[in-house]
Amino acid sequence: MSLGLLWMTIIIVGLLTLGIRLSFIVFMHKARISPMVQQALRFVPVAVLSALIAPALFFPRGSMDLSPGNIRLIAGVLAILVAWRTKNVLLTIVVGMACLLILQAFVAPR
Amino acid sequence: MAVYNGAMTTLRSEFLHGIRDELPILIGVLPFGMIYGVSALSAGIPASSAQAMSCIVFAGSAQFVIAQLIATGTPSLVVILTAFIVNIRHMLYSASVAAYTSKLHPLWKWLLAYLLTDEAYAVAISHYQKAGDDMQKHWYFLGAGLALWTTWQLSTAAGIFLGGHIPASWSLDFAATLTFIALVVPALKDNASTAAALTAALTALLAIALPLKLGIAVAALFGMAVGLSLEMKKNRDR
Repeated sequence: MSLGLLWMTIIIVGLLTLGIRLSFIVFMHKARISPMVQQALRFVPVAVLSALIAPALFFPRGSMDLSPGNIRLIAGVLAILVAWRTKNVLLTIVVGMACLLILQAFVAPR
Repeated sequence: MAVYNGAMTTLRSEFLHGIRDELPILIGVLPFGMIYGVSALSAGIPASSAQAMSCIVFAGSAQFVIAQLIATGTPSLVVILTAFIVNIRHMLYSASVAAYTSKLHPLWKWLLAYLLTDEAYAVAISHYQKAGDDMQKHWYFLGAGLALWTTWQLSTAAGIFLGGHIPASWSLDFAATLTFIALVVPALKDNASTAAALTAALTALLAIALPLKLGIAVAALFGMAVGLSLEMKKNRDR
């Protein structure tokens, strides 16, 4: 992406985000959101983030890699276990990063 | 004059109270902003644009998503579409705050809307719902929002500084994926959200060949649809 296009992207996303935040406060303060839409919006973060996690773990270099040499998949699964057991954000990141760096240094050196 | 002073004291104490209640959240925001700065740089985004994004977009998870998508060479339009989907949940916050801000000057409304993030909303709405003088509570909102804004800008700058000094062989770009994991897994509290997450993950893998990297947006919508239909089925069965 060129620098000009990058700036344009940032500005458009910024305007859209501001528009979303202004929506009810400024433009439609009498309107109500239907319960169904409210429920659907509840799933947005979980769905979007999962859609980003899966390819990052299974397609680390742009192609499917299910071999034991896929250290990002191993570190990611470990991080999922840590997140599940502890619910601790920082610990999850630290353990996942440490696992990746150790595997990178000793098992799959580049 | 005494009345005037009294009013000023209330505004000031509301403002400071908002900052104080935001503090515990800021401890968690600090590393998050730093990791954003680091991953934006490793995505190839120049330092000035990465910092500008924290100012102009000012939405943590969307900024992570944008960095990740840019790193994988996604076309601009798809980046915009995906970021829009990520941020659309702020509409809920806007709707819920609107009842309390309806009498404010338009400038106040625009300012508070700009500051309406997950973290500021959580603190501000619980204050609005408490008993007390509703006429001054926007100062509390402003305090909480500005505290978060300042922390986000400074932690982004710290991350950009760090990212510029750490070699690429440290694979710090992976910290973004780990952050997503740390946010998603604890949020899987019921079958509907777990199904939404698994559907989105699987669809993203299957749809990876879709043109223009549209797979992420398609997968997210699929995941939401499955989560919603399970939720509605549960409500019907009840």
